[in-house]
Amino acid sequence: MTSPLDGNAAAGRLFDVFSFDATVTRVTCAGCAATEVLAELPVYADAPGMVLRCGACGQALLRLAQTPGRTWVDLRGSALLEIPT
Amino acid sequence: MAGTALRRRLTWRLGRVVDQRAETATCSRISLRVDGWGGHLPGQHVDVRLTAPDGYQAQRSYSIASAPEAATVDLVVQRVDDGEVSPYLTDVLRRDDLLELRGPIGGHFVWHADLGGPLQLIAGGSGVAPFLAMLDHRAAAAPDVPARLLVSVRRPEDLIGRDRLDRYRDTGVAVDVTVTRTAPPGWDGRTGRVTAEVLGEVAWPPSERPHVFVCGPTGFVEAVADALVATGHDPRRVKTERFG
Repeated sequence: MTSPLDGNAAAGRLFDVFSFDATVTRVTCAGCAATEVLAELPVYADAPGMVLRCGACGQALLRLAQTPGRTWVDLRGSALLEIPT
Repeated sequence: MAGTALRRRLTWRLGRVVDQRAETATCSRISLRVDGWGGHLPGQHVDVRLTAPDGYQAQRSYSIASAPEAATVDLVVQRVDDGEVSPYLTDVLRRDDLLELRGPIGGHFVWHADLGGPLQLIAGGSGVAPFLAMLDHRAAAAPDVPARLLVSVRRPEDLIGRDRLDRYRDTGVAVDVTVTRTAPPGWDGRTGRVTAEVLGEVAWPPSERPHVFVCGPTGFVEAVADALVATGHDPRRVKTERFG
């Protein structure tokens, strides 16, 4: 497996979905309760989609896939998103 | 589609290559003139998109290496031999070519004059790119902010932004370069990896409450971040950025 990138690799695609800069969001892992800013999460971009993992326990926090005309977001690994507003 | 028209998007723009310079044997600095560019903060990114003749697209995120004050948006691209995007940018792209990009994006790993100092920047290899933007911005907007830069490279010839580093030194930035492979005869800089001991010698101490930024390959960043925290730096003041 190649080394992960970080949350900046997902920034543009997440902006397409959420319409704000999601990289400054703090994400709490539903598995181990660790909280990290999204920009610093390990991102695996070589999969068909993108997978953002917990830096502490490795759980998939956010999975994102794009098909023509659709974006799919799976957030079940995240317990909480803290978004600066 | 309902709602689509109201949704704010990051617009893809075309940048024209106005300059391209080799920084090292495998790394280029590409300067783009982007019509309608709305400015950026040092440390922010752009997405670059390439489209193949059959419609296949590949997209990568790059740090902006130029300051907001510059007339161009510059990228420092390290060639990855089996990469989909970087070999095109370093080997094929020519002056006057057009490149699709969107941004700026990323509000976490940024520094600007209003944040003040002291500023501690620690780079591994091409991880120095966002720091070139920060230090160019410092020179233009806040030359009195105390700043230190530590760059780790394998060999002296891998150093990116050599001319700029000399200029930063002239404006009061403490610049240290360490080489991790055997240093050639005549090398008068540091040697060896960035350890807690090295940080103790060249970095701002935690008591100065510096803004700390670390950028580089994953292994480098994790080792340096651990060493910083071990030497008493507040993890909340240490921001990291990793690639590959």
